[in-house]
Amino acid sequence: MAQTVFAPWDDPQQKPLIQFVGVTKRFGDFVAIDDLTQDIYEREFFALLGPSGCGKTTMMRMLAGFEAPTEGSILLSGQDIAGVPPNKRAVNMMFQSYALFPHLTVWDNIAFGLRRSDMPKDAIAARVEEMLKLTRLSKFGRRKPHQISGGQRQRVALARSLAKAPKLLLLDEPLGALDKKLRQDTQFELMDIQETTGTTFVIVTHDQEEAMTVASRVAVMDEGRIIQVATPEKIYEAPNSVYVADFIGDVNILEGTAKANGPESYAIDWGGAEPATATSARPFSDGQKAHLAIRPEKIAISAERPADAANAVQGKVLDIAYLGNLSTYHVELPTGQVIKAQSANTRRVSRRAYTWEDPVWLSWSATAGVLLES
Amino acid sequence: MRRAVLIAVPYLWLLALFLVPFAIVFKVSLSDTALAIPPYTPTLKDGFGALISGLDFENFVFLTQDDLYWKAYVSSLQIAFFSTIVTLLVGYPMAYAMARAPEEWRPTLMMLVILPFWTSFLIRVYAWVGILSTEGFLNQFLLWTGIIDTPLTILNTNWAVYIGIVYTYLPFMILPIYAALERLDESLIEAAEDLGCSRMQAFWLVTIPLSRNGIVAGCFLVFIPALGEFVIPSLLGGSGTLMIGKVLFEEFFANRDWPVASAVAVILLLILIIPIILFQRNEQRQQEAEQ
Ligand SMILES: Nc1ncnc2c1ncn2[C@@H]1O[C@H](COP(=O)(O)OP(=O)(O)OP(=O)(O)O)[C@@H](O)[C@H]1O
Ligand SMILES: [Mg+2]
Repeated sequence: MAQTVFAPWDDPQQKPLIQFVGVTKRFGDFVAIDDLTQDIYEREFFALLGPSGCGKTTMMRMLAGFEAPTEGSILLSGQDIAGVPPNKRAVNMMFQSYALFPHLTVWDNIAFGLRRSDMPKDAIAARVEEMLKLTRLSKFGRRKPHQISGGQRQRVALARSLAKAPKLLLLDEPLGALDKKLRQDTQFELMDIQETTGTTFVIVTHDQEEAMTVASRVAVMDEGRIIQVATPEKIYEAPNSVYVADFIGDVNILEGTAKANGPESYAIDWGGAEPATATSARPFSDGQKAHLAIRPEKIAISAERPADAANAVQGKVLDIAYLGNLSTYHVELPTGQVIKAQSANTRRVSRRAYTWEDPVWLSWSATAGVLLES
Repeated sequence: MRRAVLIAVPYLWLLALFLVPFAIVFKVSLSDTALAIPPYTPTLKDGFGALISGLDFENFVFLTQDDLYWKAYVSSLQIAFFSTIVTLLVGYPMAYAMARAPEEWRPTLMMLVILPFWTSFLIRVYAWVGILSTEGFLNQFLLWTGIIDTPLTILNTNWAVYIGIVYTYLPFMILPIYAALERLDESLIEAAEDLGCSRMQAFWLVTIPLSRNGIVAGCFLVFIPALGEFVIPSLLGGSGTLMIGKVLFEEFFANRDWPVASAVAVILLLILIIPIILFQRNEQRQQEAEQ
């Protein structure tokens, strides 16, 4: 690709669209957002990921104007937006609960925001039809929200928030109720919209695959704090903590003590027959506690010990999960630890290479794992 | 079988408590007065044939001849209509405030709304006599503050009747509206604001339409009893206050003219039932159109 990589967060010249500056939000004694400072840039697709109750919706509601920060401030294009009421913000939100107007038809729900602007009638009609087509709801325009399915309702909510083409669009779990196929289509649709309109998206999702697909950056949250913000690849390949590694995708964690055995290379004594070797740019002192995080797809499985592997351990197959394109092997080590190894099913084999109770060798390279402080 | 029983119960109820009494009243309205017990003829004692041939619409014709009756109907409709509007205007903000109050307050507020029912309706209306009369609390208070220097005549005017009706029926307006507003999802208002509505617009475009059922129920619950109201106009109203409930009472107890009183009651019922049926038909048609 000839085009330059979209990474305004690395460019000190760029002004962020949204800035959270030391924002804390308390509900009574409960701290929902804890001293959060974060920039979000124009045209970004910013995904918030985190366990239930970690404060994702609260962040969105502060951006939309329904909650005021207890401390700190939120800037939109450099302007503090405290005190600007929701209807005066160029921000639209898709509610987690959809919040469709039950007394209005699908058509009128989508037209609701447009009618509040000074758009001419036929332009409104055209826009609503466009939105209905986009969300594949053309047949349901005249129904009321209670007369359509859950997934259709979600699409109405999405269409309604998209209709006004706002500068900033907040989507609180926009695709959770859709089936996989429709969800993927809608994800691409969203990315398309984002590309054509230049809208900035902040999206909450529980589906990390979705976050990986659509996001320019992913923020992993826990208990009101952002633990790591990075591009999907970085988050996946170079998590900054065990929490993030564990939250995003599957991971095997070997816990032990590090000891330098070369430049940027460490031996980790994790209790196995021999210590594991891993490279790390992050320095560790001798004897420091460390976690080695290895993704299952980076661990190879074989019947014999591979000759040239940096790390190899023997174990026996405990369980096999067949996922269609992949198989995940759960292998029990002599230490009792269970390691997951994944291999692609490239051929339509009638007989699996390994089966339950088979002794196997697991191997991975020195660069396969990420060494993390505990 | 069980279904048949289940369906039969409300119909039996309706039959026993509404249709049979109505049939009796209707029959009396077609009879003539007589100096007898009961004070009309014919009765079943005269035999079935004589009973049927003795009935006629004389009393209904009579109602159209004396303009007292239609004036009383019109005046009652007017009073009931305006007091319903005022009750709505007073009741809606109260219901709204209740629904928006902190959760732990709501049962208490609800109690306060229902509290007046713990004393007799008659006593509460009498209490208003004490408040509204020329030497009553209201006048004393206004004189004391210096807002007025001669006492206002409120008691025994239509004003007192309006006050009495609004006061008495306010809970019937508040409760259904409160029920509708309490169910209203706060996020709908937020969504409306998010899409560009001011607070006021969100109220008109979302809150009012979604509490419509409560408003309609409340208005019926106030309008219907207010139309036939008797105690309030006779205690608080003056000689100029013309209401059909009072006329009915006079005919029944003062004149002992049961047939005319029954005719008055039948017409009153028709005035109420016909608009309600039309309203419901209209609602149903709207709902069907939506399907
Ligand atoms: N109005 C409120 N009053 C008190 N506590 C609240 C309020 N709103 C949110 N909270 C609390 O703040 C925390 C964060 O809530 P939030 O809705 O932001 O979670 P979330 O990350 O969106 O979770 P989910 O993924 O389940 O939607 C929760 O523990 C919640 O109980
Ligand atoms: Mg949420």
